[in-house]
Amino acid sequence: MNMIVCVKQVIDPEAPPASFKIDSASNKVVPPPGVSPVISPFDEQSVEAALRIRDAQGGKITVISMGVNLLRDVVKKPLAMGADELILLEDDAFTEGDSWSTAYALAMAIKKIGDYDLIFCGRQAADWDAGQVGSGIAEILGLPSVTVAKKVETADGKAKVERVTADGYEVVEVSLPALITVSNELGEPRYPTMKGIMAAKKKEPAIWKPADIGVEPAQVGTAGRRTRIVKLFQPVREGKCEIISGETPEEAAVGLATKLREAKIL
Amino acid sequence: MAEYKGVMVYCEAAEGRLLPIATELLGCGKKLAGDLGEELCAVLLGANVSSVAQEAITFGADKAYVVNDPQLGDYQTDSYVAALEKVVKEVMPQIVLMGQTSVGRDLAPRLAFRLDPAASMDCIDLAIDPESKRLLQTRPVYGGNAQATFTYDSDPQIATVRAKAMSPLEADPSRQGEVITIDAGLDPQAIRTRVLEKVPEEVAGIKLEDANAVICGGRGIGTAEGFKELEELARILKGAVGATRPPCDNGWVPDSAQVGLTGKIVAPDLYIGIALSGSSQHMSGCSGSKNIIAINKDPEANIFKEARYGVVGDWKKVVPAFRDKVKELLTE
Ligand SMILES: Cc1cc2nc3c(=O)[nH]c(=O)nc-3n(C[C@H](O)[C@H](O)[C@H](O)COP(=O)(O)OP(=O)(O)OC[C@H]3O[C@@H](n4cnc5c(N)ncnc54)[C@H](O)[C@@H]3O)c2cc1C
Ligand SMILES: Nc1ncnc2c1ncn2[C@@H]1O[C@H](COP(=O)(O)O)[C@@H](O)[C@H]1O
Repeated sequence: MNMIVCVKQVIDPEAPPASFKIDSASNKVVPPPGVSPVISPFDEQSVEAALRIRDAQGGKITVISMGVNLLRDVVKKPLAMGADELILLEDDAFTEGDSWSTAYALAMAIKKIGDYDLIFCGRQAADWDAGQVGSGIAEILGLPSVTVAKKVETADGKAKVERVTADGYEVVEVSLPALITVSNELGEPRYPTMKGIMAAKKKEPAIWKPADIGVEPAQVGTAGRRTRIVKLFQPVREGKCEIISGETPEEAAVGLATKLREAKIL
Repeated sequence: MAEYKGVMVYCEAAEGRLLPIATELLGCGKKLAGDLGEELCAVLLGANVSSVAQEAITFGADKAYVVNDPQLGDYQTDSYVAALEKVVKEVMPQIVLMGQTSVGRDLAPRLAFRLDPAASMDCIDLAIDPESKRLLQTRPVYGGNAQATFTYDSDPQIATVRAKAMSPLEADPSRQGEVITIDAGLDPQAIRTRVLEKVPEEVAGIKLEDANAVICGGRGIGTAEGFKELEELARILKGAVGATRPPCDNGWVPDSAQVGLTGKIVAPDLYIGIALSGSSQHMSGCSGSKNIIAINKDPEANIFKEARYGVVGDWKKVVPAFRDKVKELLTE
């Protein structure tokens, strides 16, 4: 089973909301100082999904990450978890793409790898929360896709995927090669082992530039965008919470119930 | 070459009725169509959806396109994208709207990439730019920490819309409209998936997304037993229990109880957040609630920035006393 996993480096989505800042003049997000970026959480789950398949039946896992200023400690985490190879699409031309230009570049990189049975993406990247790149790659490569998976198993040239729906899940069978997007219901990604971390340190990622995947710089990143950002802003929150206190927590609780009654909320 | 014109709403239906999200989309689509001076049409795909077409018209559609095909019985990416692609190419709408639902999340990007541009997912505001007449698509980004307005120049402009972000029109049974049947023209060979089984998670009581009171528990609840206490409170308030992601991941509650960006969207009259920090991703799913109440032991927790009333304390002490008092007040 040859598997490819697309992982994105993002600003830590679990950083406190108060640390989130934007620069409205440039319509850009200002990374919070002192908070290290991370692999987008659903992408770690994608790596985990691939590792589980390799554990069960062997195979090879190639990880691709596209961006600029990719911190090696961050993007090597999938290697430390057990993935076999890492390819970085790292070039100024790949900066700040939209769903279209990102999917296009990743699809071209996957085409260059050529030999694959399964491609994994996260259900959505934890920065722009688009949830489009996986389906986009599948469409560009002409592959079937199953999105929002919580379990993936393969046998006889097919994958059996449990797809999360609003009120449960459905079991979908898909022919391979296929693209699957993964959700947190898959379960916790494994922690890197000491051995894995040491092995990852020694491994050098392959670096691919636009020319290596046969695209013009104008087709990818910002230049290749089809969508324009008119405005980026932070919604204002009212923030006037009335704290109901009391001598004891029980007293405060009674005060809260009484207050809600007075305010006709109850 | 023909021009792209009008607004199209992809309407999801179940058991012969439009889903609430479909009526919300029709309400929003009507406004956009009005601003463009063009028509609003509805599209229904399924094995047997003709009966719903009239309902779409009562909720504002000028026309309803119906595609019936046994192969559209279950949602499957390949069959639905192909059928909708055919409808869009025939009708040539300038704007296509869908819900940010299990179906819309899958269908919209795939259709958009097939027709060329990308979609804007999970929009909470849509407007026509008065000058350019293009669609301004506003959506939360960075887990809800910010919002961005997008636009693009090619047609059709495809967007999905968050549940409860838009208001439906009043149903008007006297409204007239044309119902047009389109043949799906599906090639069975091109459908590369098969739905083997559907496994619903049974939830007792009122549905989370319909409840007037939602009691949400977070990581601080700590156990499945803890959630039993919240259920008790929910029963008294005639509401439903929801959760942040950690209780779902830990198996204390079913996954379908998750409220937030990647879970359910709720907008009840009363939302009580208990032992949860109020992460932006969770608040994305409940910030439309009328009254947000917070119970948390940490006075610095972000939920207090969003709440109207709050109690700082251990939920294990606060909740039972609160529940007893509520019970007393409601039986008075
Ligand atoms: C892309 C993405 C999508 C996501 N989607 C969602 C989503 O849809 N829904 C969602 O919920 N999350 C989602 N998350 C996760 C989200 O970022 C947070 O991790 C999660 O909401 C935190 O849950 P919590 O508030 O229960 O836990 P925590 O943040 O750990 O907060 C627990 C709180 O409980 C309080 N507490 C602990 N013990 C007690 C006690 N005894 N009494 C009173 N208070 C107590 C603590 O003070 C603390 O404030 C998403 C994350 C990402 C990256
Ligand atoms: N720059 C990137 N590098 C690698 N993978 C990416 C990148 N951007 C998006 N992806 C993949 O596409 C998924 C969905 O991203 P999005 O559509 O942007 O929400 C992510 O979870 C990743 O698996």
